[in-house]
Amino acid sequence: MTEFKSTREGYGDALLELGENDPNVVVVCADLTKSTDSHKFAQKFPERFFEAGVAEQNLAGISAGLALSGKTVFMASYAAFSPGRNYDFIRTQICYSNANVKIIGSHAGFSDGPDGATHQMLEDIAMMRVLPNTTVISPCDYWEAKKATLAATEVTGPVYIRLYREATPVLTKKDDVFNLGKWQTLKEGVDVCILAHGPVIVEVLASCEQLIEHKISAQVVNASTIKPLDEGMLLGLAEKFKTLFVVEEHQKAGGLGGAVCEFLSDKKPTRVIILGADNSFGESGKYHELLAKHKLDKNGITEAVLKFNKSTN
Amino acid sequence: MPQNKHRLELEEIAVQLRQDVIKMLLAAGSGHSASSLGLADIFSALYFSILNVDDRLILSNGHACPILYATLIKKGFIQKSDLKTLRRLDSPLQGHPHINTNIGIDFSSGPLGQGLSLACGMALADKLDKKSYRIYCITGDGELQEGAIWESAMFAPNHNLQNLTWIIDRNNIQIDGYTEQIMPLEPLRDKLEAFNWHVIEINGHNIDEIISACNMAKSIYERPTAIIAHTIPGKGVPEMEYKFEWHGKAPSKEIAQKALKNLRTLEGQIESDYD
Repeated sequence: MTEFKSTREGYGDALLELGENDPNVVVVCADLTKSTDSHKFAQKFPERFFEAGVAEQNLAGISAGLALSGKTVFMASYAAFSPGRNYDFIRTQICYSNANVKIIGSHAGFSDGPDGATHQMLEDIAMMRVLPNTTVISPCDYWEAKKATLAATEVTGPVYIRLYREATPVLTKKDDVFNLGKWQTLKEGVDVCILAHGPVIVEVLASCEQLIEHKISAQVVNASTIKPLDEGMLLGLAEKFKTLFVVEEHQKAGGLGGAVCEFLSDKKPTRVIILGADNSFGESGKYHELLAKHKLDKNGITEAVLKFNKSTN
Repeated sequence: MPQNKHRLELEEIAVQLRQDVIKMLLAAGSGHSASSLGLADIFSALYFSILNVDDRLILSNGHACPILYATLIKKGFIQKSDLKTLRRLDSPLQGHPHINTNIGIDFSSGPLGQGLSLACGMALADKLDKKSYRIYCITGDGELQEGAIWESAMFAPNHNLQNLTWIIDRNNIQIDGYTEQIMPLEPLRDKLEAFNWHVIEINGHNIDEIISACNMAKSIYERPTAIIAHTIPGKGVPEMEYKFEWHGKAPSKEIAQKALKNLRTLEGQIESDYD
């Protein structure tokens, strides 16, 4: 039986461990403590938890102040509001000062389905990866989110971790090693290669089953660290495959796909096909309905690969 | 009176700071004259009388940084020879401050309305670590039109950040004109008191009042203190005083020379404020 757990839970459980092991870790929230799964830390270490209220700019400012006074700070909200609402504070107070703040953007992608476009976030990776001094991670499941949260404390400086609301299948194992900046091949293949990040990888893997029926063997790579890119692996993939697919719950512009293109256009020009939100906002709906509508579910991914295959054969 | 002598020394330092500000802005050819000059007495009092080694100062209205740099030069954190590098490539004296703890700059600022949040975070950390440092945050007044200021203005009393002193440079000007014409802040004292701050109003050019207000803030344990410091923008250079046009402008060579000459002979005039 597949186990279902959200990535935000992985973050919340990691915080408990960090709180236990490192008295320097503090957490700041903006009225979304339980929603971001920060409440377990808040209950266990109340003296190291701070509530900013519905004030995301102040959330980022006080987090920077705590960090510049030597704290390792996790600041958590919805990605739509942080970095969505408080970008200038993040840019100036956190990134320009290289403050040791871990920015937790929860309910990203389409995972806050019923709340609609305002609460879904499809632009955060673009926003965070273009800022100097940042590291950007989008974990694919519970275990990876937990390990990424722990690993973020080994970086001194701003780290953005993208989390999702939905409970999604746990793909990796407790004992798998997570190395920040290293991608992981989830499935070997010979005909096409699909890079993805976040829980949408579940759909990519399901699409592979469909593609096999069409005699297409797809390789799947979990590109969970978006900045810095795993340049070594990316170059290897560009050597092996003529075309790379990128699947992400993000605008087609500016996400992992954009980062891959920026790198390869100089080092090894390669055709990259990006599947994502096509210059469009989300809307209310169930998570899977939204993935299907934006052709990011298994059928949509399979359709895109087949269409490409047909056009090149 | 020894205390009186102290006051005279601080006034003399303020004059020197103003001179360095003029020289710096003239060399740079751009920058913000009005607030840099208007804050000279407050910087003199803070850095040469009030601040302890571990205290921190955040200048939220980063455009006034020439007065910070002039002060750090006088304190010996920044080399005097750097004075003429303001706003130049590779200079530590950026057009708006960039954090550089080696030369005593503990923050970055520029976009308005952010420094008070940063100061709240630092005050929170110091309370958490049970240290007895104080955090001083200077903001402009036009800056109070930023909504984010009021987010942090709500936060500080809620967390009883009595180790935080907020100094508002109430010079009544902003780039586009006079604050009360652009977007009125009054009744400012009432607003701050409604947000549960302890409020003190002073003449921001009177050294004794500045020191006394900062000392009183230390003795208020129940709430953070906001000091509304009424200042004259461009103070010390008659051509600039009270004029919003000098918010973001550097002096010409002619005005600078005249201003430096005036400042050199101005001690008697400033002293007369206390007569």
